[in-house]
Amino acid sequence: MNYNEMFKDKNKLEGIAAASGISIAKAFLYTKEVETIKDEPIVNIEEAKKNLIEAIEKSKKELRKIFNLAIDKLGEKRESIFEAQVMILEDQYLLDAIFKRLELEKRSPEFIVHDEITKYQNVLNSSVEDYLKERANDIGDIKNRLIKNLKNKQWKSRITSDVIVVADSITPADTVLFTRVNVKGYITSFGGLTSHAAIIARSLNIPAVLGVHDATSKIKNDDLLILDGIHGRIIINPDQEQLDYYDNKIKMLNQYDNELIKLKDEKAITTDGIEIKINANLDIEEELPFLIQNGASGIGLLRTEQFFNVLENIPDEELQILHYKKISQALYPDSITIRTFDIGGDKFLPYDVKEPNPMLGWRGIRFLLDHPQLLKTQIRAILHASLNSNIQFMIPMVSSTKEIIQTKRYIDECKLELRDSNIPFDEEIRFGVMIEIPSASLLIKEFSKYVDYFSVGTNDLIQYLLACDRGNEIVNQLYQEFHPAILRALDFMVREANSVNKPISICGEMASDKFAIPFLIGIGFTSLSMNAASIPYTKKIIRNLSFNKCKTLAKDCLSLSDENEILSRIENFYKENVQQDIDNIFN
Amino acid sequence: MIEKKVKIVNRAGLHVRPAANLVKLSAKYKSDFFIFREGMEINGKSIIGVMTLVAAQGTELVLKFDGVDEKNAMEEIVDFFERGFDEL
Repeated sequence: MNYNEMFKDKNKLEGIAAASGISIAKAFLYTKEVETIKDEPIVNIEEAKKNLIEAIEKSKKELRKIFNLAIDKLGEKRESIFEAQVMILEDQYLLDAIFKRLELEKRSPEFIVHDEITKYQNVLNSSVEDYLKERANDIGDIKNRLIKNLKNKQWKSRITSDVIVVADSITPADTVLFTRVNVKGYITSFGGLTSHAAIIARSLNIPAVLGVHDATSKIKNDDLLILDGIHGRIIINPDQEQLDYYDNKIKMLNQYDNELIKLKDEKAITTDGIEIKINANLDIEEELPFLIQNGASGIGLLRTEQFFNVLENIPDEELQILHYKKISQALYPDSITIRTFDIGGDKFLPYDVKEPNPMLGWRGIRFLLDHPQLLKTQIRAILHASLNSNIQFMIPMVSSTKEIIQTKRYIDECKLELRDSNIPFDEEIRFGVMIEIPSASLLIKEFSKYVDYFSVGTNDLIQYLLACDRGNEIVNQLYQEFHPAILRALDFMVREANSVNKPISICGEMASDKFAIPFLIGIGFTSLSMNAASIPYTKKIIRNLSFNKCKTLAKDCLSLSDENEILSRIENFYKENVQQDIDNIFN
Repeated sequence: MIEKKVKIVNRAGLHVRPAANLVKLSAKYKSDFFIFREGMEINGKSIIGVMTLVAAQGTELVLKFDGVDEKNAMEEIVDFFERGFDEL
């Protein structure tokens, strides 16, 4: 049977192939909606009590984190709301009532919490005054937080065997939690290639198909699934023939991967001798062995914001130092580029701030400069960990020289503080900026007076240049890597950086796009940073390419003004130059 | 047991911040503390209870204190109401 015959049946779903690989496992439906509160009888009351206490403590911790960060920015009114929410979690009168009911009624804690707190909300909601309805929402927030934490504990204990997680959407925090259990794949109804679920799935080599409409209504718990992350397809309850077909393909893929991994210690060098540095992006520590095994020449982008998600709190200086040192030592003598917290936008924001345009709002270096304590703690920790001299420092979401100068002032302050305390650090630590805002891409020459290197973040740059929200399904087809304006901007940046002799690398998803790589090399990028899973394949591609041919390809593409023309030019080039594509396995 | 009638005098009424302060204040005392308003009874040591107490400027409430330190509790808490929760 060939690949297309596999899919003529009705038991299939399609979505975006977000992380490569194939998994066969049972479905685990992950729903977070509060409406799904179940009124179930419980047997083990002590365990239920223990879970409730833990959920209360966890909620308090989360709120305190918000509270600590919120104080200077959100004003007195919201500050007092957070304080009141923490007090609700310590309200003896309320807690006594809940625990008493738990013992007497022997019903699930989330039901009792919901029922008990909703009573108070109802009193306020029956009022006509808007501010009282708002207060009902504040009480509702704390209820939902508590229930979420109760449920989080339960689903974790429910996953006992290998599963494929099926959800409407998955937050970065969810993804991190799932890495702690046996997750064999992700399927979501929403989200695309550059969503954080996709990025983490790829870097951990967990197959994922995202943007599958109706995934959560068509797939039932414990359905057996074939998840094909290469083509973005799913088979629900496959027949024997389909299973055999995929079992065979999994074997072939393993073989293929084993071949690729042999390139681990080989350089990514073109047929005419140009060497390209292949670095890895790192989100969470769990990826470390994987990226070393895949032969990364260093870490081009260490995203530190995952720290928030793992710890669910702001990591203190000591913890950060340990973390950075550990990675620095594991990679030594290769270099690692640590990017400061990129909090905000569609990423984890430790506030309940509702911004009308979060992607154009309070995120990246803007957020950090408004929280000098947070920024300085991180700078000190990075300096402290820099003794091996293989750490570089980088800031996200820069839009002006002013932000660079302000950040450098904080770096100088931190250096002084460390010297005063006789703490040794790398005096020559290199400082770079992410280029992901269009204004920054035009100011490379100006920036070069203050920084040592540039790193282009294509995911954000593309959506800002094209004014297209990658998470908005109505317009996300406009998000085009190969839009002529994107190619020209990239070319412009490389030329600008070369003219001032500053290194420039690329660390967005584009760096690991098999079709984009020849173009990127052709315009002069000599350093790519990508998810670790893509490294062996990228090396293989580059070892098939001639730099001269890539240059010609780049020149051709830059002269074209239609993205479809560019795409077909780029795809043809790929087919002509790279053999033994993964697609051959599915012929 | 002591009962005492008070009136909300500040413009914003018993909103979240004074509610939190009121609960913190009453927590200092061993005595029970209840608030009555038009047939509704609220435990004054419960923040969620006090938050649901709809008390705008001009509202009259009855405070009830019961316990060993009821007199001191009454004095400090009534004073807090009379100061308009320090928002005058």
